[in-house]
Amino acid sequence: MSDTVMNRGRKWFEALAGNDGSVPGNPGSLLLSGGKLGDEEVVFVGLVPDPKSRFPRAGRSEVGVDEGWFGTRALRQVIEADKDKKVKRPIITVCDTKSQAYGRREELCGIHVAAAAIIAAYADARTAGHPVIALIVGRCVSGAFLAMAGQANRLIAFNDPEVLIHAMYKDAAARITRRSVEELDRLGQEIVPMAYDIGSFAKLGGLHALLDVAHPDEPASATAAQVQSALIEAIADSRAKPATLDVRLESDGAKTYRKASLLVRQKMAEQWNAV
Amino acid sequence: MMNIPPLSKDVLALSMRRSYVELNARARAKELLDPGTFREILGPFDRVMSPWLPMQGIVPQSDDGCVVAKGTIDSQPAVVIAMEGKFQGGSIGEVCGMKMAEAFRLARIDNEKGIPTRAVLSLESGGVRLQEANMGELVIAEIYSEMVALRKHTPLIVVIAGPTGCFGGMSLAAGLASYVVMTQQARLSMNGPEVIEQEAGAAEFPSGDKPFVWSVNGGAQRAATGFADLLVEDDAAEIAKAVRSLFSKGHPAKLRTDKYELFIKRLSAMDWSRQWTSEDIRKVWKEVAE
Amino acid sequence: MEILTFEFPASGPKGKRAHVGVVGSGDLEILMEPADGNRTKVKIQTSVAGFGPTWKAVLERFLQNYPAASNIEINDFGATPGTAALRLRQAVEVSKS
Repeated sequence: MSDTVMNRGRKWFEALAGNDGSVPGNPGSLLLSGGKLGDEEVVFVGLVPDPKSRFPRAGRSEVGVDEGWFGTRALRQVIEADKDKKVKRPIITVCDTKSQAYGRREELCGIHVAAAAIIAAYADARTAGHPVIALIVGRCVSGAFLAMAGQANRLIAFNDPEVLIHAMYKDAAARITRRSVEELDRLGQEIVPMAYDIGSFAKLGGLHALLDVAHPDEPASATAAQVQSALIEAIADSRAKPATLDVRLESDGAKTYRKASLLVRQKMAEQWNAV
Repeated sequence: MMNIPPLSKDVLALSMRRSYVELNARARAKELLDPGTFREILGPFDRVMSPWLPMQGIVPQSDDGCVVAKGTIDSQPAVVIAMEGKFQGGSIGEVCGMKMAEAFRLARIDNEKGIPTRAVLSLESGGVRLQEANMGELVIAEIYSEMVALRKHTPLIVVIAGPTGCFGGMSLAAGLASYVVMTQQARLSMNGPEVIEQEAGAAEFPSGDKPFVWSVNGGAQRAATGFADLLVEDDAAEIAKAVRSLFSKGHPAKLRTDKYELFIKRLSAMDWSRQWTSEDIRKVWKEVAE
Repeated sequence: MEILTFEFPASGPKGKRAHVGVVGSGDLEILMEPADGNRTKVKIQTSVAGFGPTWKAVLERFLQNYPAASNIEINDFGATPGTAALRLRQAVEVSKS
């Protein structure tokens, strides 16, 4: 993985927010800034590598304990600040996060709760009326996806081979399921949810937009303008529909690839009041 | 003739005990609901199964490893969701994840209509079903969304008993719960021991060292450090009783996920110059109390 | 995964539908429902291929003691013939309860 990819998250955060997102008291990995999109005040969130992370097993673009708890605090402060406003600030998260952090300290001090906390904060922001947008410019895998993007009203991803949304990296998945990487590739061709390319993820109906960006590594002004446009559209679309995740199930992708989900929804509603 | 002493009260009590851990998901759901009130939704005969498993030669299960049942708990309307840990490790695929998310959603809609449907989740899960990968990721996000919404209305209780335990994406679901009940043999952690050892080495996490593993993510440690609210014997009646007692308590004073100031404070009190032990957490958590 | 189907002649009093078992390692689940007519139809999805004759033998032996016309579905994850026979007997007990 090149340095450029490692820092795509930072580059895009800075291009969109106009500053480096450092906040005294926050871990160096957590970027937070106010900003503007069109005429509107927004909040930008980012996660980047932090060689100075106090957790030795974090700091390489992972969602760890510090990112979870300090991220939660930051989001809760935004929700609190806007609680009496009629129009809530959109919250845009620039996602280029490897995974969750794997370590002894992490498990001992409850990383599962730290991650749950930021998930709840994003979900509460969404249901309070903040348009929550996840902009996936690089990797967003496993716990990182669930924590930073999963609760968004709308997900936008770059249409680029470096962009990866998946439950688990291929080598680890191969090992755990006792298959070869080649077998996983073959299975991914027939079983779309298993595939690793972002185009396949887009088919499942979870993405609002798959953006063709000329230079995804370099947020030059034209590219940044294109992304800003896409974000503004996603914000408007979020406000036009209920603040639930139902839009993913109502998508064309879901009609094709989530027939079983829709069948479960239909049959459970039928049976719920019958018993 | 031999003089056989009468069995002690303890031994008698032990012999009367009915293991919850040994029960399958359906039986667990029945134990958690008031006797005679169990009504399953999307049960085996509905045959709503994984479309993805047969495509790769894996035998599906008629309920996709997830039992959803309505009934009552202490005479209040309730829904119980029980994961079958023996089917594909309790992993979350499209159908079982959707059953869980919809159960929470329908319970929430009940509450919004004034029906106080309470929810219990008996969790045995290794996390996302890798054979369904991104389906699991998507549906788990939906589960979280519904849990966050439902727990505003009524306490949401998670029971983790073992032997599978609760890992991966579903450990975060436990993190979202209003209350967590665990047994001694149960484990709760975000990443499995083998995965941490694979990523970080055996010195960081010797996954084969069972006492070490349980000292990090076992029920006793989790209960001692406030990540589980009750530590209960592996007895079906005791576990059902523990769940009822938590519902009687009502909402917790503060949800674990709202305690960000407390956890930030606790972290700053840790010794960052060296590796941590389970005793470190117990000590600091006690010193930096709520 | 192998899918096996069998049909047997059947007659006799029917019970209610029954479900037993779990598709766990070395185990199986059985869905048994009373059928109209005089045939018992069995469909097996099994993770272990090549045991058609063994399944036939287990089923024939079982059906001697339970001749009621049924539709039986079995999802098998490598159970032994002994476990399969046990689960079939359990299913019958449930159907008679």
